[in-house]
Amino acid sequence: MSGKTLMRGTHVLGEAAIRAGCRAYFGYPITPQNELPEYMASKFAKMDDAVFVQAESEIASINMVIGAAAAGARVMTSSSSPGISLKQEGISYLAAMELPAVIVNMMRGGPGLGNIAPAQGDYFQATRGGGHGDYRVIVLAPAYGQEIADMARQAFDMADHYKTPVMILGDGMMGQMMEPVEFPEPLDLATLPKKQWIVDGSKGRARRTILSLWLDPPKEEELNWRLARKYEVISSEIPDQEMYLTDDAEMVIVAYGTAARIAKGAVHRVRESGMKVGLYRPKTLWPFPEQTLKGLCDHVREFMVFEMSMGQMVEDVRLAVEGQRKVSFYGRPGGVVSTPEEVASILSSAYQANHQKP
Amino acid sequence: MSLKIVFSGFGGQGVLMMGYVLAVAGMKEDKHVTFLPAYGAEVRGGTANCTVVVSDEEIASPIASSPEFVVAMNYPSMIKYQNMVKSGGTMFLNSDLITEEPAREDINVVKVPVNSLAHKMGSDRALNMVMLGAVREKTNMVSEKSISVAIETVLEGKKQQFVEVNQKAVNVGGDFIRSSK
Repeated sequence: MSGKTLMRGTHVLGEAAIRAGCRAYFGYPITPQNELPEYMASKFAKMDDAVFVQAESEIASINMVIGAAAAGARVMTSSSSPGISLKQEGISYLAAMELPAVIVNMMRGGPGLGNIAPAQGDYFQATRGGGHGDYRVIVLAPAYGQEIADMARQAFDMADHYKTPVMILGDGMMGQMMEPVEFPEPLDLATLPKKQWIVDGSKGRARRTILSLWLDPPKEEELNWRLARKYEVISSEIPDQEMYLTDDAEMVIVAYGTAARIAKGAVHRVRESGMKVGLYRPKTLWPFPEQTLKGLCDHVREFMVFEMSMGQMVEDVRLAVEGQRKVSFYGRPGGVVSTPEEVASILSSAYQANHQKP
Repeated sequence: MSLKIVFSGFGGQGVLMMGYVLAVAGMKEDKHVTFLPAYGAEVRGGTANCTVVVSDEEIASPIASSPEFVVAMNYPSMIKYQNMVKSGGTMFLNSDLITEEPAREDINVVKVPVNSLAHKMGSDRALNMVMLGAVREKTNMVSEKSISVAIETVLEGKKQQFVEVNQKAVNVGGDFIRSSK
């Protein structure tokens, strides 16, 4: 596969994951991401060193992920909103045992069983840990086919580097849409640093254990402190964002993933009528790139957050600007996808209202 | 320039294939393209549709709320999409299956008897590529050459004769438009 290929998001993720060295996949079907396990199954069937299991449930699959990660594999699982809820216990265990794994959530309309249309209602769940206990998960939010490929590679590298679960947070649209993509060369697994902590048989060396049970509170506290220090390092090293036409912007719309594409279309339209608006798109949702967003406060008068939910990331935006600027919100939940025209009309009304103020 | 087109019909008419070939052709021309298939509780023999955007600039939304072009391969599709077409836009109808006209006066209607044309060339199943040829000729979204190359890419690994039948069907559709001018 050389040059550009037209592929759907789920297949892009699968191909990029394999090229990033993913050799184990465990999952349980759910729309709108079934084409990802389908892709992994078809590719892994032709590979000698890879394992694919369609487990009996989401809970079984995330526990298989724990096992493969502990044995040192680059491992992935994927699901969509209700299925991700079921995996949360395992994700908490991964974080506690400091195991690297990649978890894909192609979000759909919720809560409950919801529907299968694209939505962004799982932001809180993804960025606040999701399961029980004091932990975070790195959350990457692609908005383009090419970015899905790039972020899949990054996700595996980050997971290994920080020994922590990484989530790729897309939605039904990102998963189903086809766009031209160029892939990096496949990674040679032999070039990856050797993991000195895996449990793969202790013959000839000291025994290793990987635990998530620390009955002695000071021991558990020690783990929590270690995790907190790690999260601090991650927060200083990986925040990333796209800033589009923000240099002279008086008003900035903040959006991620599919919503950010729609917002960008809206920014184009509103700019055409001479209003100075820009787009701020976080690529990492946790850690949230708060420094660069806060930096915009020196010339941006007002922020508007647009999400395909009733407003979740808007809280992180408010935390980042620390009350210095007004932050308004517009959202369409439940699997409804706004048009750029619709968001443009909301954005321009807000801009004009703000502009008339002295 | 950014053009949006919706292909619609029933399952088995090659509706998704039409959109896919067009999107690959756009990619071959280094344009920005998106292909969004309808997904959901789709059933065999039910309706199928997809949206393709071909653009010189980055594409904001792959969804078309008012597409420039709509292809309706059967009657229910015409009914479903006739109100969406952008004013001044064009609706392509499979006139073998659709005898009525859209109830609008501000859009162009291009009638192509794709079932008969495909049957006449000896390949009933190539009706989708006949329609794609007509669409290409009328809209000029991509070049003839790009469609031809896209068919080769999409059918890579299939027998050469299938590639040729599909390419020929595209020409048949193009010829139909040229001869009806």
